[in-house]
Amino acid sequence: MDLLVALYEGFLRIDPQKPDSPDRDRFILSKGHAAPALYAILAERGFFPGNLLNDYAKDGAALAEQPAPGCAAGVEWATGSLGHGLSAGIGMALAGRIQKRNFRTVVLLSDGECNEGSVWEAALFAAAQKIGSLTVLVDYNKWQATGRSEEVMALAPLRSKWEAFGWEALEINGHDYAEIGEALEVAKKTDRNRPLAIVAHTVKGRGVSFMQDDNNWHYRIPNEEEVKKAEKELLGT
Amino acid sequence: MRNAFAEEITQLARERQDVVLLSGDIGNRLFETFKEVAPGRFFNCGVAEANMVGVAAGMAASGLRPVCYTIASFLTYRVMEQIRLDLGYHHQKVILVGTGAGLSYASLGSTHHSVEDMGMLRLIPGLAVLAPGDSEELRAALRAAVDWSGPVYLRIGKKGEPVVHPSRPKVKIGKALRFREGKEVWILSLGNMLPVAMEAAEQLNQKGICCGVASMGSLKPLDTDLLTALFDSAKAVATVEEHSVLGGLGTAVSEWFAANAPASKAKLVTFGTPDEFLHATTHQPSARGWAGLTTDNIVKRIALALGN
Repeated sequence: MDLLVALYEGFLRIDPQKPDSPDRDRFILSKGHAAPALYAILAERGFFPGNLLNDYAKDGAALAEQPAPGCAAGVEWATGSLGHGLSAGIGMALAGRIQKRNFRTVVLLSDGECNEGSVWEAALFAAAQKIGSLTVLVDYNKWQATGRSEEVMALAPLRSKWEAFGWEALEINGHDYAEIGEALEVAKKTDRNRPLAIVAHTVKGRGVSFMQDDNNWHYRIPNEEEVKKAEKELLGT
Repeated sequence: MRNAFAEEITQLARERQDVVLLSGDIGNRLFETFKEVAPGRFFNCGVAEANMVGVAAGMAASGLRPVCYTIASFLTYRVMEQIRLDLGYHHQKVILVGTGAGLSYASLGSTHHSVEDMGMLRLIPGLAVLAPGDSEELRAALRAAVDWSGPVYLRIGKKGEPVVHPSRPKVKIGKALRFREGKEVWILSLGNMLPVAMEAAEQLNQKGICCGVASMGSLKPLDTDLLTALFDSAKAVATVEEHSVLGGLGTAVSEWFAANAPASKAKLVTFGTPDEFLHATTHQPSARGWAGLTTDNIVKRIALALGN
């Protein structure tokens, strides 16, 4: 969530009035299961009315649990199956090169998603194509669906993996806005001839004492009482 | 067919700035002219076909018309999910060109055979599946594909196939091309089986059986107008394809037949590869022999179906 806020509040050059502008920056939430966070921030930025959020995931609603193609303004790509977003983002970035447009492309991956071979096919190709306008953010929360991501697939050292694949790579605290901002400043540089990977260490469910770093909340829906408790912890109200 | 493809895609790149060619590290020296004509619009995507198709989808989403080219078996089986989601679900105008399809690469073994590809891809909503009969039909089909409103799988042979069309045909996606008119029998030929189908029809006509031939260059959408007409009048309709008898043209016609022509007296005879892997060392002619995709066998079984 903090990564999305930083992207949408200070990095992405996008205009909610012109969501299809060919020069807009592209953002792909490749970890489609985090779609509610994206919907919330797109509504906040004015891409669509906030009341759409009230119908989230109900029958017939615009906003599904995972985003469908063209479901709402500002949603660039339908994700949900992991390992697709980076290739699509590379295609968009290369289209920008061919069409001589200066937009940037950002793809947010989960650490579990980095199990997918297609991510690393894409990583090799992006480095070969020297796509300096491309940035990957990895939400490195150390969990995947049923276990610690390190135990399932030995991801570490993740930063040096991206470096070994020919990328410039940074490692940051994904909840520290100053560190996120500094890394995104690197992403803004126009003289890059390598894609940039920002490995952001995060804590799943951070800020809610009974949720954070507990993978059970990958599946659970909080009840009314738990929602109130979480709101109190997050907002102090 | 692959040389015709290379020439035609190069010509298209001259005409249209949105045409981009992605190759899965094949086509040695095939695309040198393309690279000169369209610098910056050729991408060797390496031996990473899933990424290639995803990249093409992203390009199409930005208004380009990408064409992905590699060996049919590698472009389809492994990449099924990218085709389903990135192309189908997103309805992106990407053209997949599977070369050496069917048994074209018979000698390289079952890893290189693609005889289930159309059966798989026919299931993807909104994806057109094309299999032109020769190089002339391919050139026209490629142009039709570039102008089509959604994703397309274009299944082609390798090189040196006989040219059957006397001139460049007018290809319309969803329409078959009729060669010789038949009465009792029609052979519906898919892709590079066209010369064999023509020869079989010739032999049947010499036996006094009036046999027509159509190139079913568009497997999906299927030319149901043609099927309606044929099943109304013919005594036998045969399908011929370098593809499994499961899932391809034979299956598509069977499905249509069962649902739409209950009163038809026509017998349907399907020719294709059997539901088993080919383990023996073969070349394309012997592999076709294994599958019964020969002129003699086609003539024999059609005559049997007619009770001759």
